[in-house]
Amino acid sequence: MSDPQDAATPDGTISVFLVDDHGLFRAGVRAELDRGVPDVEVVGEAGSVDEAVAAIRHLRPDVVLLDVHMPDGGGAEVLRRIRPECPDVVFLALSVSDAAEDVIAVIRAGARGYVTKTISGRDLADAVRRVHGGDAVFSPRLAGFVLDVFSDRPGAAPPGDPELDLLTRRERDVLRLLARGYAYKEIAGELFISVKTVETHVSSVLRKTQLSNRYELSRWASDRRLV
Amino acid sequence: MPRGRPACDHGVVSQPAATSGAPAVPARGPLERRRSGRLVAGVAGGVADHLGIDVIWVRAAFVVLAAINGAGVVGYGLLWVFVRQESADVQRVTTRRERQQAIGLAALGLGVGLVAAALGNSVIGWIVGPLGVAALGAAVVWREADEAQRRRWAAGARSGVTGAAGGGRTALIRVVSGALFVALGIAVFLIGNINLGQVQFGLLAVVATIVGVAVLTVPWWVRLARDLGEERRQRIVEAERSEIAAHLHDSVLQTLALIQRQAEEPREVLRLARGQERELRHWLYGPQGYGRGSSGGGVKAPALDEGLAEALTKAAAEVEDTYALTVSPVLVGADRPLDPDLRALVLAAREAMVNAAKHAGVDEISVFVEIEPDEVNVFVRDRGKGFDPDDVPADRHGVADSIKARMARHGGRVRLRSTLGEGTEVHLAMDLATDPATGTTTGDDDAPAPDAAREDEQEAQP
Repeated sequence: MSDPQDAATPDGTISVFLVDDHGLFRAGVRAELDRGVPDVEVVGEAGSVDEAVAAIRHLRPDVVLLDVHMPDGGGAEVLRRIRPECPDVVFLALSVSDAAEDVIAVIRAGARGYVTKTISGRDLADAVRRVHGGDAVFSPRLAGFVLDVFSDRPGAAPPGDPELDLLTRRERDVLRLLARGYAYKEIAGELFISVKTVETHVSSVLRKTQLSNRYELSRWASDRRLV
Repeated sequence: MPRGRPACDHGVVSQPAATSGAPAVPARGPLERRRSGRLVAGVAGGVADHLGIDVIWVRAAFVVLAAINGAGVVGYGLLWVFVRQESADVQRVTTRRERQQAIGLAALGLGVGLVAAALGNSVIGWIVGPLGVAALGAAVVWREADEAQRRRWAAGARSGVTGAAGGGRTALIRVVSGALFVALGIAVFLIGNINLGQVQFGLLAVVATIVGVAVLTVPWWVRLARDLGEERRQRIVEAERSEIAAHLHDSVLQTLALIQRQAEEPREVLRLARGQERELRHWLYGPQGYGRGSSGGGVKAPALDEGLAEALTKAAAEVEDTYALTVSPVLVGADRPLDPDLRALVLAAREAMVNAAKHAGVDEISVFVEIEPDEVNVFVRDRGKGFDPDDVPADRHGVADSIKARMARHGGRVRLRSTLGEGTEVHLAMDLATDPATGTTTGDDDAPAPDAAREDEQEAQP
């Protein structure tokens, strides 16, 4: 499980570390990624927060696939403990939970994206590549959550920092298309912009989600657990 | 007898709190006199073992009590008579120092008792009354409590006492004021006794003493109350646990059993698994789901059957079940109660999902619902075969009737986009009446009529 030389990626493959408390699920993801995805390599896995922190510190993988829901704190706890130490490791939340509260918590703790566990192996590999490349990855559901948080409902508090607390129209459009199940390329075609611009918008939405002071972010999430 | 006072206080606080020294001893036997390592009859040692504290404190307590009309001596004697000796011979090592200490304490106790008797001072009697009652109460509670509670109290009392000694400000105030009350009580009594001998002074003394004792034992009472709360909480947790177990049994276990029986039919297994997942999810995170419990506050979503979000989710679930594929609805915005227009929208959306499921040849359909204050937008999208809308035979009524005509009747709009090989997206938009209180007048063909919906399916395009 912990071969330090594995983590080094000599030939440009992306090293991936799995954190999930269900061994069966880890085995499944590992099998899917090992099979048919040559440029993504699973270098280790952990079933608990402590194990994960120790192993990530040791292995320094490129990407960590992080379960949102685990005993003793879950993905957010792992992020809190390891992220300051290893800023170059990127985290992608992978969860069956779907509770808005949990998802927003991991995103705010620093995950670069969130995908549901029902995602196909190919899409997962694609998401791994994308976060590794510095982009954010939003599943339709996460896009919906974020759109909902930043929506201007009557009675919402005025933004403290408009720069962070509001989405631009373009960002909103991109999120809407994401929530409708569009891929980046399709979004680009739909809005007549380049894929790169789509990525920029998505990254900026992620940054706002993480940094915004908008008090609804926490309140909203606990109020609402629509699935 | 001023000397007796602080000692008495100590006596009270540490009768319940005598447990203080106890470093959470695993399990304590019944009260038994020690056979070995004893000085007189092993009573003090036995009590110390039972309470889990150092024997020196018990001996000191007896000495202090001896000062109160010889109560310590009497108590010792009674315990000697009524408490049986421990059976097995447990060897204890007694250091010389401890022995000397014990002998010294015993002598001191006898002496104090004699002096108290000689003085015949009834001051002590006034204190002994309330103290005795308090001690008796504590003893009763102690006997009734189970092992775990005793241990908790012991730990709590220890922190309480050390808090008082260790300088928590409130603890200090509490101890000082308690001691003052006790002192006041005695002083009043003394004055009354010497000068006037009036009854009310006596009563005053008693009241002041009781107040003092009460103040001194505040943490202990607080802990008792908290214990009761804790017990209630645990009962609730227990009830909750059995509810979860019951739910898991009724749903998950049953489904797993079904899946095992139908293992040869992947389609059926998939359907069961999806249905179960949805059900569990709803139970956990749904609007009135299990996980929502304590979030409280704010305006809750409308009840299950009347909300737009719920209706759409249900429609998606039906399609998912019927056609054995994944329909993942994403909902944004505040839920709305269903009115005839919105019901039409739900049925149209359902029709769009059914079309995608039947004709697109995909195993996943995306549904995005955005509820804005003045408008609802629904997008149903697949990445399937796609079709040319102009190419649809005229005798197919699915899109024309079930979606377009229905939406038009209710003031909605439909936009259909399909590209061969890339998929189809149906966009349904419905303006919302600014006053949501209106409605429920035109229930025509759009009442949830499953039969009608099925018919539509038959004719669905393309």
